[in-house]
Amino acid sequence: MDLFWRFLVGGFFVSLFAVAGDVLRPRGFAGLFGAAPSVALATLTITVMSKGRLYAAIEAKSMIAGAAALFLYTVACVYFIGARRLKAPVMTLGLLALWGLSAFGLWSAFLR
Amino acid sequence: MGIERFWIVVGVLALSAMIIRISLSSLRRTRWQDYLIRFLLGGSVSLITGMIAKEFGPVIGGLFLAFPAIFPASATLIDEQEREKKREAGISVTLRGRFAVALDARGAALGAIALAAFALLVWQELPRHETAWVLSAAMALWLITAVLLWRLRKLHVYVSRRGRRNA
Repeated sequence: MDLFWRFLVGGFFVSLFAVAGDVLRPRGFAGLFGAAPSVALATLTITVMSKGRLYAAIEAKSMIAGAAALFLYTVACVYFIGARRLKAPVMTLGLLALWGLSAFGLWSAFLR
Repeated sequence: MGIERFWIVVGVLALSAMIIRISLSSLRRTRWQDYLIRFLLGGSVSLITGMIAKEFGPVIGGLFLAFPAIFPASATLIDEQEREKKREAGISVTLRGRFAVALDARGAALGAIALAAFALLVWQELPRHETAWVLSAAMALWLITAVLLWRLRKLHVYVSRRGRRNA
């Protein structure tokens, strides 16, 4: 049941911020919503209900490293798609590996 | 925060509100399948994050709270929509889609800095205060930080262009 709610609430928040990103202009401002705390809001709400606030706070601490990795990922997207003019679908998917490496690198350096 | 700083923040936000507009035409261009894909992706990432936290603990699970869940799907959609607009205008080869995605990613980079502020507030305040209050305050902090960074970025571009013109 917990997993079902996670899926439903996560899908709802992500869709909500995605629509905001679609309708708001200028494009650079709409882009802010690409890094909105949609998954975080859904996950933290349900985690607090099932595991408590301390457990959710530990997740939030790790999220700082995830956000730093997201920053590196988006900067790399700007460079490879905007400056090097490589294909957007390929690069946005391919660079997810960079997010993974950065996130786990930061975890290994500061959180382990 | 001093009262002067508070009014500066309010002023910057009000100025931003004047520049920001709503374009409903992009909603008409978006197919229902695109919304479904993003709903499924968002739901799946939340689900997987919960499963990872259960299996490997909250420290690893927490990393995935900032996973770029829908960015690749949104970027592909923006790229397609921009190319479609050009095709309708009779232009078959264009880089406009890629530039639009890069602009979107630049906004997301600023949003990511604001996301770190969101996480910091939740980490510090959640053990001591009510969940609804902390998440609402963190959400407000994300929005204010993101908008302020975006305005600062626009101001920086304006000042550097003016400086180049005057040089």
